Amino acid sequence: MNRSGAFIEMLREAGFDFFTGVPDSTFQPLLAEFSSRPELGYVTAVSENVAVGIATGSYLGGRRPVVFMQNSGLALAMNALGSLAAIYRIPMLLVVGWRGHDGTDSPEHEVLGAATPALLDALRLPFFVPEAESLASDVARASQTLDAQQLPCALVCRPGVVC
Amino acid sequence: MQRADAIATVLSRLSDELVVAANGWISREACAASDRAENFYMLGSMGLASPIALGLALARPERRVVVFDGDGNLLMTLGTLAMIGDLRPPNFLHIVFDNEVYGSTGAQRSATATVALDALALAAGYVDVRRVHNDSDLDIAIDALLAATGPSFLLVKVDAAANGTAPRVPHEPPALAARVCAALGVA
Repeated sequence: MNRSGAFIEMLREAGFDFFTGVPDSTFQPLLAEFSSRPELGYVTAVSENVAVGIATGSYLGGRRPVVFMQNSGLALAMNALGSLAAIYRIPMLLVVGWRGHDGTDSPEHEVLGAATPALLDALRLPFFVPEAESLASDVARASQTLDAQQLPCALVCRPGVVC
Repeated sequence: MQRADAIATVLSRLSDELVVAANGWISREACAASDRAENFYMLGSMGLASPIALGLALARPERRVVVFDGDGNLLMTLGTLAMIGDLRPPNFLHIVFDNEVYGSTGAQRSATATVALDALALAAGYVDVRRVHNDSDLDIAIDALLAATGPSFLLVKVDAAANGTAPRVPHEPPALAARVCAALGVA
């Protein structure tokens, strides 16, 4: 199994069964894996706030959602996370690609790359920053955290960590 | 046609359909008319009523999901029309109560004074698209669309008149989520 398939298995083993998001270039192999496996039902959303809305609806319907996005889209989803998912206590896993994490990325990632952990802190949402070696245990910790807190919980992933 | 009357009319025709109501007067008037466990009132997050309903419709294909949207709400997330037209959930009924203003913030003009949301829905690929201006046409349209294979779209043109009188939704947000889950038998 390739790394993308292994990551999807980690998510499924943790009970996640609804997948949506907005494409991020650092997740290309993972998104290719989803498109080659239509039975997983991955839903491509038009924006990250819309993806959080879709995930919320899926949770109300009994599913356990994951939302994939780039950190620039996390900024776009702030109101959806704060005014919807947080106040209604909707658990969902956010898998966030972290562009600009070390200040060496292209200019459009500079400000939000530096701000990404602060955005999640500002919303009082828990998050983990996995390494490739710790990914499985971080998925498990995030899954336990979102259940315990009944809130979104994020995995903030530097390029190359998940796929 | 008054929005509150149109909302009450639609609710009176429902049985076990799930409803996602947009923020502001739409949720307040739906709650005041018929506070069903199958109603989800979106208190904030303007624009996300249709995405929430889409997620619900995809998660529960055996249940019909009805969105009570507003023109200002839908304009915020117009791209969702394209997703619905592309995914074509057959259990999805999108109702837009269009008063051509941002009613909850003081009746500022919206773009639907000139832009036809029903034409956008048709272009996006909704299967059955209708527009009504009065109560008797609303009765006919809602009965037809509740029996139709969707995604369907109903534009209900309503008066921009005065603010409503319905009180705020009295329930706390976690309780609102929990009762929809309970109505669906979700633990």
